[in-house]
Amino acid sequence: MKPPPFGYEAPRSVDAALALLDEDAKVLAGGQSLVPMMNFRLARPATLVDINRVDALAYLRRRGGVLRIGALTRHATVERSDVVARGWPLLRQAVRHVGHPQIRTRGTIGGSCAHADPTAELPVALTALDARFHVRSSASARVLDAAGFFLSYLETALRDDELLVEVEVPALPAGARTAFAEHARTHGDWAIAGAAAVVAPEHVAIALLGAAATPLRAGDAEAALLAGAGPAEAARLAGALVGDEWRAALTTALVRRALEEAGA
Amino acid sequence: MRISVDVNGRRYDEDVEPRMLLSDFLRHGLGLTGTHVGCEHGVCGACTIQLDDAPVRSCLMFAVQADGRSVRTVEGMSDGDLHPLQRAFHEHHALQCGFCTPGFLMSLEPFVRDRPGATDEEIREALAGNLCRCTGYEGIVAAVRQAARDRS
Repeated sequence: MKPPPFGYEAPRSVDAALALLDEDAKVLAGGQSLVPMMNFRLARPATLVDINRVDALAYLRRRGGVLRIGALTRHATVERSDVVARGWPLLRQAVRHVGHPQIRTRGTIGGSCAHADPTAELPVALTALDARFHVRSSASARVLDAAGFFLSYLETALRDDELLVEVEVPALPAGARTAFAEHARTHGDWAIAGAAAVVAPEHVAIALLGAAATPLRAGDAEAALLAGAGPAEAARLAGALVGDEWRAALTTALVRRALEEAGA
Repeated sequence: MRISVDVNGRRYDEDVEPRMLLSDFLRHGLGLTGTHVGCEHGVCGACTIQLDDAPVRSCLMFAVQADGRSVRTVEGMSDGDLHPLQRAFHEHHALQCGFCTPGFLMSLEPFVRDRPGATDEEIREALAGNLCRCTGYEGIVAAVRQAARDRS
């Protein structure tokens, strides 16, 4: 199938892109979710604002211990980055599960977050990492945490005139180990359930994939681990957040796997 | 819109509608029908081409986005003799109907080039984004294994 006609703009700067955003416009980043939806005519934007030529949004840099990822940074860039592998291994562990190499060539960090599929890997990993989402419009700028950014299934706090420009990821606590586990029917297919884990001497973060309409932090499980519970008990608490029985069982198994891999 | 794109080393200047998919541009605009169109939502991998040497789904890009870029399709793989990966596919019976083959070749050529010592598990992961309904994949894995070995 083919998309219906649309207006097309390809700005070269963030300001030019922001000036084009309104209720009729849709941002085209990597297009690995939006273009299939347009091919199926599930999405029919009047105008596409293609940000692929906004080079200023494609960067990945460490500054003062904080990782700053420009919204147009490709999955493949994150996957191959030594900076990411050394300082934020969870992102590398997660990104390898995103689609296939052909998808990761084009797919972007900003696009994945703005699409807000609760079974997408990077939003879950970023939720576990306490990432902050930098959002701009022509008139304003704001910074949101994961709970403020991801609102529901395919829904974020982004307004029609706003663009996600950067994801900021704080440094991991000293001695932290991380792991990402998911279940999909074939490698690269949509995951049915999954978990991201960060385990450090005085810090635990567990984020769940496919457990709710947004990435979900398993607060009770985190607290239990910090209070001395083992991975099995923490995983049971995390699984209890999931409604249906088989998916709860799957989540429990995956949380336990991720926690044990991260050294809990 | 007017675009200028390099395809297999040749420059094309063409007018395209923004909604024209890159896959349709290659097939209908340029007559390069080696790029096949299967699912048109990024799952089957038949339309895989290389954009600036990296494999991408041509059904998930618009032709206007290729303006100023370099595209390589299966037609650009060899200039007479078969490419070593094509020869390995031939020798290992890695295709039957052949519909999926151009996508496999475009996906796997950079993999064979960059990962000469790849394990079977890595090979299977690398080809997971391309569907073949004929072969059961064993011949394809064997072909990639041989091409990777010949390369090293």
